[in-house]
Amino acid sequence: MFRSAVKLVTPWRAIMAAFLATGAVLVFFRFTRGLGSVTNLSDQTPWGMWVGFDILAGIGLAAGGFVMAAAVYVFNLKRYRPIVRMAILTALLGYIIFIVGLILEVGRPWNMWRVITNPNIHSPLYEVSLCVMAYTLVLILEFSQVFFEKFGWDRLMAVFHRLSVMLVILGALISTLHQSTLGTLFTIAPSKMYPLWYSPLLPVHFFLSCIAAGLGMVCFESFLSERFLKHPPRMDLLSRIARFMAVMLVVYFIFRIGDLAVRGVLGLAFTAGFAALLFWLENLLFAIFPIIMVFSRGLNIGRKALFVVSFSVVLGFIMHRFNVAITSFHLVEDAGYFPSWKEFVVTACLISAGFIAAGLAVRFLPVHGEETVKSKD
Amino acid sequence: MAIKSFGLLIDVTRCIGCGACSENCKEINDLPPEIDDKLTAETWTVVREKSDGLHVRDLCRHCVEPACVASCLVAALTKTEHGPVVYDKSVCIGCRYCMVACPFQVPCFEWHSPNPRIRKCILCEPRVLEGKSTGCAEACPTEATVFGERETLVEMARARIKADPDRYHNHIYGLDEVGGTAVMFLSPVPFEDLDFNTDLVNYPLSDITWKILRQVPTIVAVGGVFLGASYWLFKRRDEVKKADQAVESGPEKEADDV
Repeated sequence: MFRSAVKLVTPWRAIMAAFLATGAVLVFFRFTRGLGSVTNLSDQTPWGMWVGFDILAGIGLAAGGFVMAAAVYVFNLKRYRPIVRMAILTALLGYIIFIVGLILEVGRPWNMWRVITNPNIHSPLYEVSLCVMAYTLVLILEFSQVFFEKFGWDRLMAVFHRLSVMLVILGALISTLHQSTLGTLFTIAPSKMYPLWYSPLLPVHFFLSCIAAGLGMVCFESFLSERFLKHPPRMDLLSRIARFMAVMLVVYFIFRIGDLAVRGVLGLAFTAGFAALLFWLENLLFAIFPIIMVFSRGLNIGRKALFVVSFSVVLGFIMHRFNVAITSFHLVEDAGYFPSWKEFVVTACLISAGFIAAGLAVRFLPVHGEETVKSKD
Repeated sequence: MAIKSFGLLIDVTRCIGCGACSENCKEINDLPPEIDDKLTAETWTVVREKSDGLHVRDLCRHCVEPACVASCLVAALTKTEHGPVVYDKSVCIGCRYCMVACPFQVPCFEWHSPNPRIRKCILCEPRVLEGKSTGCAEACPTEATVFGERETLVEMARARIKADPDRYHNHIYGLDEVGGTAVMFLSPVPFEDLDFNTDLVNYPLSDITWKILRQVPTIVAVGGVFLGASYWLFKRRDEVKKADQAVESGPEKEADDV
């Protein structure tokens, strides 16, 4: 079990350790000297990189968990069973990281329990917090099957099996709600956002894009898993996932462009300037390039191509969330925000923690296995 | 009788830019005396000089249906029936969504405190409850800022424009913007010349989010039925397929399939 033959110190581990150590120091400053001591945030830029990346992008990229779970358990696409656990694990880790990130991001985290006692149902953020809490619980329950199997708790496994569909449906509903509501958050600021990113239909944009991004992340992490954990990717499954991802990207892209056209602001995308450049770069990475690649290569898409495509989707998706949460505000009124190196390091620290947790889970738990039901009926 | 809802009328034509409002605000609200050049956690109102020597105050507008109040997930910000939008730090999470939502960029945050609060003008709520005027209106030597019932102030503003149409740009800023604000402005020039946000909608911003959030029960119901039906359908299809195969391969094999 213990990796006696494996080198204990590798370059990647050293880098992650450095991030974790520096991150710990920065977190100390954040809690003793305020958010202003580690971030470049200001009254003009109240939300920055931590919201854009750790929260918006992080939650969206974790959407693979509910999409894959629904595919296997609801739509009965059994062939994807071998990767559903990994998708759920990624989602669970994503949400845990998100919650940790949130504790660092909000100013008064010790009041977070007030969401339960002081609800304001008119706030989109209330819905998001409620859903994130509920869905994290669902993910823990969904992932618990791995522990049941590991420790041979057959009775619990049987109970899980009976409840699994209910859980997955619940998870999919909750995910639909909060993934889209993350977009609703921004609909309250029409006059503060650049029209290429503001839309009263942002919840639909967020929902459609998170499905594609979640699937992109499933592919991307399979390659990371190969690189770092020597687990060969299931190209037969990934190429099909990529095809469905591309279909979703087509739907998203048509909706994105159509929405701009209907609201009469599509012209801005063809007006020379920084905004149009960002818009096309985002859409090239997130939609255009992946769609062309996947549809031109079909199911025979090679490893390298699929790796590039999934990386492009993930990058483009992060860019979209950044553009909505940060850039679009600055294009209207430039408050001169750029994340400080400390914000980058804390984010890197969270990602490192996620990597380490994923690595440990893969090493010690049957994550790459699939649910085997010892049915007696 | 209905409860009186108060507000301020700020007449830019009368403001001489003396800053007495800011000074009195500092004193009444126990804020450090240095006056910043923009709204901060410690400066709740400023007077800024614009082109043509005009002076414009910036402060919380105390919207009739505030975006910050709708956005606050724990109701730390509330609109009181007397007009002020007030803040309760004991429930605030410090998420700063109010700052994102505010169309006037008013709420400020204590960026360098380990125990940070959202800070902004509270329309001198304790004084208003005692039947007094706000500190800024009290200090104003030219009555450029007048405190009163919002309805009365609207009448006053209309009367001023009507009595002297050459002196005023024919618009009361805050009458309809984002559904109306308790703090309203009169100006000699169009409001965009004073760098006011003139792209605002004439209904509460919370209408936009509520229109979406209202759909939640529908989404849950439709989504639940869709997923439940899909599950049943695909399972059934599988069962039928299995049964067909079993029939084809003969009855003796059927037992293995279950």
